[in-house]
Amino acid sequence: MVNLEALHDVPVVGSVPTDGAFSLLWLVIALPALGAAILLLGGRRTDKWGHLLGTAMAVGSFVISLILFFTLLGKDADDRQVTQHLWNWFTAGSYSVNFDLLYDQLSAVFLLLITGVGSLIHVYSIGYMEHDERRRRFFGYLNLFVASMLVLVLAADYVGVFLGWEGVGLASYLLIGFWQQKPSAAAAAKKAFVINRVGDIGLSLGTALIFITFGSTSFAVVSAASSHASDGALTGIGLLLLLAACGKSAQFPLQTWLLDAMEGPTPVSALIHAATMVTAGVYLIVRSNFIFSLTEDARTAVIVIGTITLLMGAIIGCAKDDIKKALAGSTMSQIGYMVLAAGLGPAGYAFAIFHLLTHGFFKANMFLGAGSVMHGMNDDVNMRHYGALQKAMPITFATFATGYLAILGIPPFAGFWSKDKIIETAFADNTLVGLCALIGAGVTAFYMTRLMLMTFVGTKRWEKDVHPHESPKVMTYPLIALAALSALGGLLTLGGWIGDWLEPVTGHAEHHELPFGMAPIVMSLIILLVVAAGVAVAWQLVGQREVPREAPEKVSIFTRAARADLYGDAFNDEVIIKPGAAGIRGLTVFDRVVVDGAAEGTATAFASMSARFRLLQNGFVRSYALALLAGAALVIFALLAVNFG
Amino acid sequence: MNDFPWLSVMLFLPIVGALVLVALPARVGSALPKQLALGTSLVTLVVGIVMAIRYDSDSSAQFQFTEQAEWIKSFGAHYALGVDGVGLTLVILTAILAPVVILASWNDGDNGRWSAKAFFAWMLALEGLAIGVFAATDVFLFYVFFEATLIPVYFLIGGYGGANRARAAVKFLLYSLAGGLIMLASVIGLYVESAKSDGGATYLVTELAKLDFGTDVGRWLFLGFFVAFAIKAPMFPVHTWLPDTTENATPGTSVLLVSVLDKIGTFGMLRFCLELFPEASRWATPAIVVFAVISIIYGAFMAIGSDNIPRLIAYTSVSHFGFIVLGIFVMNSQGLSGANLYMFNHGLSTAALFLVTGFLISRRGSALVSDYGGVEKVAPVLAGIFLVAGLSSLSLPGLSPFISEFLVIVGTFSYSHVAGAFAVTGIVLAAIYILFLYQRTMTGPTRDEVKDMKDLGTREIAALAPVLLLIVILGFFPKPLLSVINPAVDHTMERVQKHDPAPDVDPSSLQEGAHE
Amino acid sequence: MDTTPFIVLSAILFTIGGIGVLTRRNAIVVFMCVELMLNASNLALITFSRANGNLEGQIAAFFVMVVAAAEVVVGLAIIMTIFRTRRSASVDDASLLKY
Repeated sequence: MVNLEALHDVPVVGSVPTDGAFSLLWLVIALPALGAAILLLGGRRTDKWGHLLGTAMAVGSFVISLILFFTLLGKDADDRQVTQHLWNWFTAGSYSVNFDLLYDQLSAVFLLLITGVGSLIHVYSIGYMEHDERRRRFFGYLNLFVASMLVLVLAADYVGVFLGWEGVGLASYLLIGFWQQKPSAAAAAKKAFVINRVGDIGLSLGTALIFITFGSTSFAVVSAASSHASDGALTGIGLLLLLAACGKSAQFPLQTWLLDAMEGPTPVSALIHAATMVTAGVYLIVRSNFIFSLTEDARTAVIVIGTITLLMGAIIGCAKDDIKKALAGSTMSQIGYMVLAAGLGPAGYAFAIFHLLTHGFFKANMFLGAGSVMHGMNDDVNMRHYGALQKAMPITFATFATGYLAILGIPPFAGFWSKDKIIETAFADNTLVGLCALIGAGVTAFYMTRLMLMTFVGTKRWEKDVHPHESPKVMTYPLIALAALSALGGLLTLGGWIGDWLEPVTGHAEHHELPFGMAPIVMSLIILLVVAAGVAVAWQLVGQREVPREAPEKVSIFTRAARADLYGDAFNDEVIIKPGAAGIRGLTVFDRVVVDGAAEGTATAFASMSARFRLLQNGFVRSYALALLAGAALVIFALLAVNFG
Repeated sequence: MNDFPWLSVMLFLPIVGALVLVALPARVGSALPKQLALGTSLVTLVVGIVMAIRYDSDSSAQFQFTEQAEWIKSFGAHYALGVDGVGLTLVILTAILAPVVILASWNDGDNGRWSAKAFFAWMLALEGLAIGVFAATDVFLFYVFFEATLIPVYFLIGGYGGANRARAAVKFLLYSLAGGLIMLASVIGLYVESAKSDGGATYLVTELAKLDFGTDVGRWLFLGFFVAFAIKAPMFPVHTWLPDTTENATPGTSVLLVSVLDKIGTFGMLRFCLELFPEASRWATPAIVVFAVISIIYGAFMAIGSDNIPRLIAYTSVSHFGFIVLGIFVMNSQGLSGANLYMFNHGLSTAALFLVTGFLISRRGSALVSDYGGVEKVAPVLAGIFLVAGLSSLSLPGLSPFISEFLVIVGTFSYSHVAGAFAVTGIVLAAIYILFLYQRTMTGPTRDEVKDMKDLGTREIAALAPVLLLIVILGFFPKPLLSVINPAVDHTMERVQKHDPAPDVDPSSLQEGAHE
Repeated sequence: MDTTPFIVLSAILFTIGGIGVLTRRNAIVVFMCVELMLNASNLALITFSRANGNLEGQIAAFFVMVVAAAEVVVGLAIIMTIFRTRRSASVDDASLLKY
């Protein structure tokens, strides 16, 4: 195996069997899965303690993840890969898929993120969902989500990834539509699932193409053989996997579902639609580094998609008055950064994952903060009805501000370390892409400042009967924990730790030169200047004026476009849904008239023919006799003709 | 014990049960016949399970549990039974679904044209005949069972269905008879051809497989069988009888019809088309693949556009049967294994879907999607089971249909990238038709008409639970099925003289390259 | 022996009978015409029997006679019944069995 690796320019996934603490690996998934099963099948009996069980399962999973992580840390850098073989899933001909779990540096950090942030959000939800009569079910779905997400990041085979991939899709569907008596929630849930399924075309066909090319879909085989595959196959696989990533990570052109997904309860938005599930696309690309590192074309496509989305998301975020939708736009944009970084190849993989982690911290923090605000404002989400909440909710404000500073990239908060690196690397790769990323940072500063100002400072624009109050401790403690992570997340990159840690998985990064021979510190200063400009503009436009309680109607065409999510839905409506619906109506008529008509028509033709022929049966014996005579004569003539003819 | 006639017992047990039911005097009421029917089907299931356990998946023989007796000597017709892996799974599927359906249709026979007793007797008769179809290893015997299954279905639809049941029953019968007639021509042709051979006239599959029919004759005979099976399956464009029938049949009848009887079509393609006419099958593959892909997409579109729940499910089946046919005719291990597995899994998932929507419809008295809304609020268990059944129909990973659909897609993609790309759109369309249905019936504000709807009762849950449990278990551990299916697939591959294409990058050659 | 006159007579009788069956409406007359046709064929059978010098034709003629007798019994009974119920022996009136 060692000398095989030497031949390759991509890291190979090994297959060291598990032992010792690592044999606990399956439990990480099994605990939340068991929780989900008990809560969802147990029915009302489990109502009383369901939320506690759900939280306990998530925390238990987190504890095991920690144990595993430290065990992994204790090993040599070269042996930090173990594979747990559970059972053979299915076999057909030469194609065999195993239920194997792969625990390496990459899955290790994901495990900590998912179970760690997941546990915090479970705790938070105890308070947030306290008055919901279906709280037990909510926790069941959350557990189901955690289990599926863990399957996604632990699977050692593309089909296993698919299992987790769809599992999180299902959990997301159930949770977005959790308040399904609201038609908008049910529609949003369906939309999210269907658009994700479009992405799944990519994952299905990508997996199929991987099988055709390599004869297997396990990471071990594919990574060992990928450098021998043809460019066409690699690019094809890369593009198909990118399609999958676009669906799950709400990247252009499959981005429209994420904003609607905010119909779900806020903890869901924090966990699924900010911190974990939507970043699965980034995980998929980084995990498939042995494909993407070898195909320039697919990587270029990834960069383009990432760049487009990071700008789109930022622009949409600027015009939203709904606090959750503004944050959702921001999420889209930040994932755009990650995808962009992942598209930069070995130089960017580690930064993509690093930004994914820090984003997981600060965005979950802000979403939960938004939830806390909504909790105090009778579930109103319109920021135009907020203002001056700084005093009423000091803890929420403080934690939210930490997240704000982190997403802006103000040193020393977490976002600074991760985002700066991405922009730098982007510049090193291509100046245009770097510029776009830089502009994105400025726009981010604008919309986040706008959000902060509208929510926490300024005048009170509250609705009547609203008495904002700080949330209970069960909700604020997770906020504080996440705020601490948002502030300190940058420590992970101390001494380049995260890059070194992930290098065995993602491959060695070559050193890149910045354009014009800039020093990294100069680059950082430029970024900070752009961010400051964004803040200043927001301060001028929002902070210095009275915020109207109703959204102004007379706005520029750009604002209108941003409010309409840059016409993503309108496009889908006009180009796909309406023609599709018309086509289906037409097809229904076609089925009835042409296809069924042909069959029924044959039957009708026979029926009418017999209706005519039976008139011959007129009841007169004479005419029967005549027919008999004619028949006999015919036979005789025929005989004569044959014999003498 | 080796000579124990397992298949004959499984075949005749339900039929004898049906006769006993008919012989019961009317004064015993309807409870006893129902219990007797359920008991008979359960005993059959137990026999089936014991038989399945005794099945030896390592055996080199093509058929196991074989029985053979001469029947009509001048035709070469035999009473010959035996199963390979595919036949076994379908026999077991039939045996599993029969008690489920009987339990689920407990009260469906009460308001028919004839007594409830007759309803359950027909059901049992259908079970026995269906087992006969899957176990027959003689073409003539197969044909007899094939046509005989029409009789119980005709009476089940015509006697116990909805408003247009008479018309639906006739339509079903005419379509099936037309297909059967075309097949009869081929069956006679087989006799003529086999009579010319040295061995004399025979209808045994194992003997016929040894004959070489020549290109032209083989293709004509193939077409005769294929058309009959395509109608049965059903494939586009001969599918329109299915929605009309399910719209008017009771849910239990629909389950037996779609989950079991329609499998005769795809089973027949595998057992007779590929087995007896490998050359003609290869010849017809491109056209059939096109029709299968059309079926997938067309059925899905029609399902999206349906407002009637049973019709919608019927169209989803058209789409799913497209996948099965596709898997069979791409002729590689993945496609064939997938298709065989699909037959079983589709049986389970469609059964669950028909039964749970049947419970829903019987509560509200309307089959129209637009008459529902917000049912989840009043009947959460029903909604939950509905969702799981629906998700299995859209092949969610973790539920059994996923593996089969995925294998078919992989097999198709390796046969032709274009066909694979078209077929895979089925997974998006499936999400639309299932979730659209769920959204319109279960979510949203609760409508007044469904406000007092009761949730599922114990009997209904008991009928559905085993099916759902199997769907989940087989989703993670399909090995019991695949271990019997794979040898049969290998045999079919050998028959059609096809080999799986080698991967572009051969791992074994890599290993050698590394050492150089 | 020259059989031609016998055959011609038989053909003439058969034709008269046939035309009678096709044109007459009275059931009794139709019936008699049928008898005429039967006897014409009997004549032909016996003629051929004689010409060929064997007995098959005569035996066939006996069969025809027996059948004709049986037919008369059944036929007349039917005609009687129809006449009783409908007060008419016209075959055109008994045309209920149609379409």
